[in-house]
Amino acid sequence: MFDFNVTENAGEVDVVLKGRLDATVAPQLHEEMAKMQGSDIKKVTFDVKELEYIASAGLRVIIFTKQKLGADTQIFMKDVNDDVKQVIEMTGCDNFVTII
Amino acid sequence: MIRIDEYPTHELNGIKYRCGRVQPFGASVVGNSGVNFSIFSSDATYCELLLFHHGMREPFARIPFPEEFRIGNVFSMIVYDLDIEELEYGYCMDGPYDPEHGYRFDRSKILLDPYAKLVSGRNVWGSEPDWEDKFQHRGCVILEDYDWEGDKPLEIPMKDLVIYETHVRSFTRDESSGVRYKGTFAGLLDKIPYLKELGVNCIELLPIFEFDEFENSRVIDGERLYNYWGYSTVCFYAPKAGYAASAPLGLAADELKNLIKQMHKAGIEVMLDVVFNHTAEGNEQGPYISYRGIDNKTYYLLTPDGYYYNFSGCGNTMNCNNAIVRNCILDALRYWVADYHIDGFRFDLASILSRDENGAPMTSPPLLETLAHDAVLGKCKLIAEAWDAGGLYQVGSFPAWGRWAEWNGKYRDCLRKFIKSSAECGPELIWRLKGSPDLYGNRSAEASINFITCHDGFTMYDLVSYNEKHNMANGENNNDGSNDNDSWNCGAEGETDDKEILSLRRRQIKNAAGLLLLSRGIPMILSGDEFANTQYGNNNAYCQDNKISWLDWGRLKDNKDIFDFFKTIIAFRAKHPVLRRSDFYTGMNSLGYPEMSFHGSKPWEFDENSPFLAFGFMYVEPAVDYGTREDSFIYCAVNAYWESVSFELPAIPEGMEWETVAYSGDDRAKYDKNTGNSVTLMPRSLMLLHGHTKRNTRKGGKKDV
Repeated sequence: MFDFNVTENAGEVDVVLKGRLDATVAPQLHEEMAKMQGSDIKKVTFDVKELEYIASAGLRVIIFTKQKLGADTQIFMKDVNDDVKQVIEMTGCDNFVTII
Repeated sequence: MIRIDEYPTHELNGIKYRCGRVQPFGASVVGNSGVNFSIFSSDATYCELLLFHHGMREPFARIPFPEEFRIGNVFSMIVYDLDIEELEYGYCMDGPYDPEHGYRFDRSKILLDPYAKLVSGRNVWGSEPDWEDKFQHRGCVILEDYDWEGDKPLEIPMKDLVIYETHVRSFTRDESSGVRYKGTFAGLLDKIPYLKELGVNCIELLPIFEFDEFENSRVIDGERLYNYWGYSTVCFYAPKAGYAASAPLGLAADELKNLIKQMHKAGIEVMLDVVFNHTAEGNEQGPYISYRGIDNKTYYLLTPDGYYYNFSGCGNTMNCNNAIVRNCILDALRYWVADYHIDGFRFDLASILSRDENGAPMTSPPLLETLAHDAVLGKCKLIAEAWDAGGLYQVGSFPAWGRWAEWNGKYRDCLRKFIKSSAECGPELIWRLKGSPDLYGNRSAEASINFITCHDGFTMYDLVSYNEKHNMANGENNNDGSNDNDSWNCGAEGETDDKEILSLRRRQIKNAAGLLLLSRGIPMILSGDEFANTQYGNNNAYCQDNKISWLDWGRLKDNKDIFDFFKTIIAFRAKHPVLRRSDFYTGMNSLGYPEMSFHGSKPWEFDENSPFLAFGFMYVEPAVDYGTREDSFIYCAVNAYWESVSFELPAIPEGMEWETVAYSGDDRAKYDKNTGNSVTLMPRSLMLLHGHTKRNTRKGGKKDV
């Protein structure tokens, strides 16, 4: 199961991810993040405390978010467990996102 | 706009599909969850696509290709609503089984797509496979949308390269490497600062195409031996999953691409050692993995009675100059350049690629010509190992079309002999230092990849520590590996406490490094040689996944002087373009000197045609010719003799002075202008001197050499 919740407050977006972010559900999140393009978003924080799985498609949503929102938008990931942290490091996704 | 081909036309047990596109071959993502499958077979009469959930023995779908899905010899279909992250796929094919005439179709076999972009089944290195599973090497689908952030192949001029040959797993697998993800692409990433410090600008990786480490695996004296080097390809499009820490998540391609991107950011090219001469399917007794069951007659060179020719020494030989196979190889190389930003390739046993369909060498092999002139490969480096196991030896004569460089085996042999004091190799050494114009005179020194050691044979430390190979651990009764090593143990076989012997070995390593890095042509270093890494005398560690192969980084601390010696001369080479000139210019330069000259113990007095052990060579680098800051004279005194030798230095213009840059001897000698215009080198040592404008020796000032 996968679930996500997006909230925005004064240009800062919090995205809470829960469960398995796999290729079957990644397009839903992708669509949601795409809606932010053109908005004045300064900061996006992915809360991944309850994220159990992320791989190819999920990482691409994170990278997509950075690309679409531009260089001025900072992307953070918080409450990262070891498994997710390793995936981020091994694939170089830590070039796009700051782990906090 | 909604496209008509986004909708399925067929359905079988809930799986929806339609006729696909014949190009590109392989499996390509269409839309969010569709995959286009396309595969070639000229002789198959039936083809079936099998879809598996990750790691399952039984497919969740078997879809026969309807006749209308075949165009020419290509079967293609698009299947919808697939979860590509957990999908694996293969094919079953049917057709004649008539080995005598080259047909080996077997409908009971599940076959790997030759164009699979990722292969699972060996995701964790050394993890025992499920041998009961009929589908051992399983095709996977990847998203081909990597974000390169503006990266592209570096296109460093060939003449400026310093190549560093390494094995992904050996490089960081040992605890002493100190990296986070040991033995993987991600582990290599952590060593980029080290490579930068050493100064190399090109890393050449032993095979990283998917291979099976369990091929011919066996246990000897309690130690599991593997197909460790991987010179036996399972799939030409897939990175070796077992080299990726993230492979269990299907992210091997991303991990490798990140490594290449970060290497490029550090100014280091990535070159691949590629094996197109044979595959992992072996001979008639070998397994069905892919090609044999898809189009045996197309992919392999077969004898008139249907057996496999064995010019590779590995059981079979790819039919490289067949038009289909040629395209397959070209497609693969283009893919690695375009999708992975690979900077160049070194072709294993490349002479096989020059053989025709009957195995005879061709003067103008179509494959080599195609690669030389290909548009996508237009700026990438092509390097041949210009011989094969069938006796073809083409060093200096490999069909090159001005594009192919060669591993210069003659350089290796000559340098090894000279370093251990074979005076009769002296005259040949002159040619080798010049960039081997005797071999590449109608091309350039860029065609000569100079090396003294490589993965095949002794490491540099072992070259000066062993007279004989010690390969018993390989389980072949010490019969494997070369017997012609031109090595010398300096007085004791293997490890010793004798200080003089140890000291001599250090000098010999530095002597070799000095000559290699001051030769014209392209130097290649075997990884670990810069800190005297050892394989304990094993000169063929192809199967050793243990301390024999793994670099012992503890030796870096113990042999810091050797590392510094390499680093100093690599930096010196980078700073002085005269060393990298490649056009065999023999005239005088604008300072009125020959650009490269040879000397005896007295300058300008030297008979380069008679045997010798002590000599000097000098490059002259006028600033006006090379755009450098100042004129430079670069003199290297070489003493391969077992006694000390004094060298009178060549006169240099008024206002200039000599300075010692590097010395392999351990008597701390250096040039001292107050004691005359000569230097004395201890037995078997080498000294590099730089003649430059006299410096103002300000206290604490930094000298620039």
